[in-house]
Amino acid sequence: MLSIRRDICGYCGACVSVCPEGALELIDAYLTIEDACINCGICEKICPLGALEVIKE
Amino acid sequence: MPTRSSGGYQGMKRQYDMLVVGGGPGGAFAAKTAAEKGLSVCLVEKRPAIGVPVRCAEGIGKELLTDFLPPDPKWICTDIERAELVAPDGFSMLLEPSKAGNEVGYILDRKVFDRELVWKAAEAGTETYVKARATAPIMRDGAVGGAVIEQHGKKYEVNADIVIAADGIESKFARWAGIDTTVPYKELETCAQYLMTGLPIDSKKTTFYLGNEIAPAGYLWVFPKGDGTANVGIGIGGGKSGDGHRAKDYLDRFIAQKFPNGKTIELIIGGVSVCKPLASTVADNMMIVGDAARISDPITGGGIYNAMYTGRLAGQTAVAALEAGDTSRDALMPYDTTWRASKMGKAIERNYAIKEVFINLNDEKLNSIIHSISKINLEHFSTLMLLKELMKANPSLLLELRHLRSLL
Repeated sequence: MLSIRRDICGYCGACVSVCPEGALELIDAYLTIEDACINCGICEKICPLGALEVIKE
Repeated sequence: MPTRSSGGYQGMKRQYDMLVVGGGPGGAFAAKTAAEKGLSVCLVEKRPAIGVPVRCAEGIGKELLTDFLPPDPKWICTDIERAELVAPDGFSMLLEPSKAGNEVGYILDRKVFDRELVWKAAEAGTETYVKARATAPIMRDGAVGGAVIEQHGKKYEVNADIVIAADGIESKFARWAGIDTTVPYKELETCAQYLMTGLPIDSKKTTFYLGNEIAPAGYLWVFPKGDGTANVGIGIGGGKSGDGHRAKDYLDRFIAQKFPNGKTIELIIGGVSVCKPLASTVADNMMIVGDAARISDPITGGGIYNAMYTGRLAGQTAVAALEAGDTSRDALMPYDTTWRASKMGKAIERNYAIKEVFINLNDEKLNSIIHSISKINLEHFSTLMLLKELMKANPSLLLELRHLRSLL
């Protein structure tokens, strides 16, 4: 599953723009993940700070 | 006087001529343009403040800015006279169009600039709401008819004849309304920037560093903001980003080497799309402007002018459509065709093709290009001039770039 390191996230919204499922949303400074997330890892790759991580279950 | 709700405080109305989602330069210009012509306009911004957090390197061409408003020292940090281009091998060339009497650009203070634009929209009659977020479009028979707005724990159903999606890089509103706004990740520049102070820099000169070691599929910039401060930032191609080699990693490495004594006073991050603009930027009762429509420049990543231009055009189109009593996709189509046919639209098309070539050049090729441009006396500073002169000066490149010739 996709995990957000909130201490690292700079809530810039770059991840929101590349999410192929539209599963990410930025509520002011708080990033949310919806059930539509398919753990594709695209957001993890492009995050300028490295705040996102797909954790293998 | 604004209408008052029973709760006694100023409240959002249920119906407007135009609803603008997003309070950046695109949304502000759409709102201002429409409100000046007498439309009832509501602008919502999800952040608690206009203009922050900054997501921008803050550079803009002079003649582009003055198309919209007279320059004001309140939000202009520096007046740029020259630009330096640094090749991967460290060779540097100076572009000094100001010597030939040509204008270069400004570095803005977006915090102040964005506020000024929304203030102007408000002064023209726009109702503005902050920390007010569009959470869903109101759909009627498959067409947008407004939006659900959440503010301070309350939900408002706000109906509007026309909705302007100006929600920037995230571009969720148009997506909710059924338009795919996803940026292909390799066409997203992932960016990091520090506002730094105590730098030994020329305050009239912007510097651009190129190279696959420095900024793969992107570039690194130093944009001075006066008194030894500057935006020192980088954008790298999304395909080049990953653990241990993200935008911030490249930037930190550069700064450790170049500005070891600089002090950081702000961290700015964000994404810039360098893909093609959306295939259609209109739908029934809706227009999409600026970054939300992916209308940023594919080479420079610049988008302030593009947002103001498309915002203003969307405002004008809304006025004409409401006068004619038709806000269908067909009636709004002049917005889409006009910006595509404009100088800006043509530049985006051309620069997209040029970008496709440039992101695949190795350092050796980049070096040879910059060495050959340095021998040219450039009077104007534009990617078009650069390319034209390059073709003349470096015939060996012609072969590689030949399919670009038709665009010049």
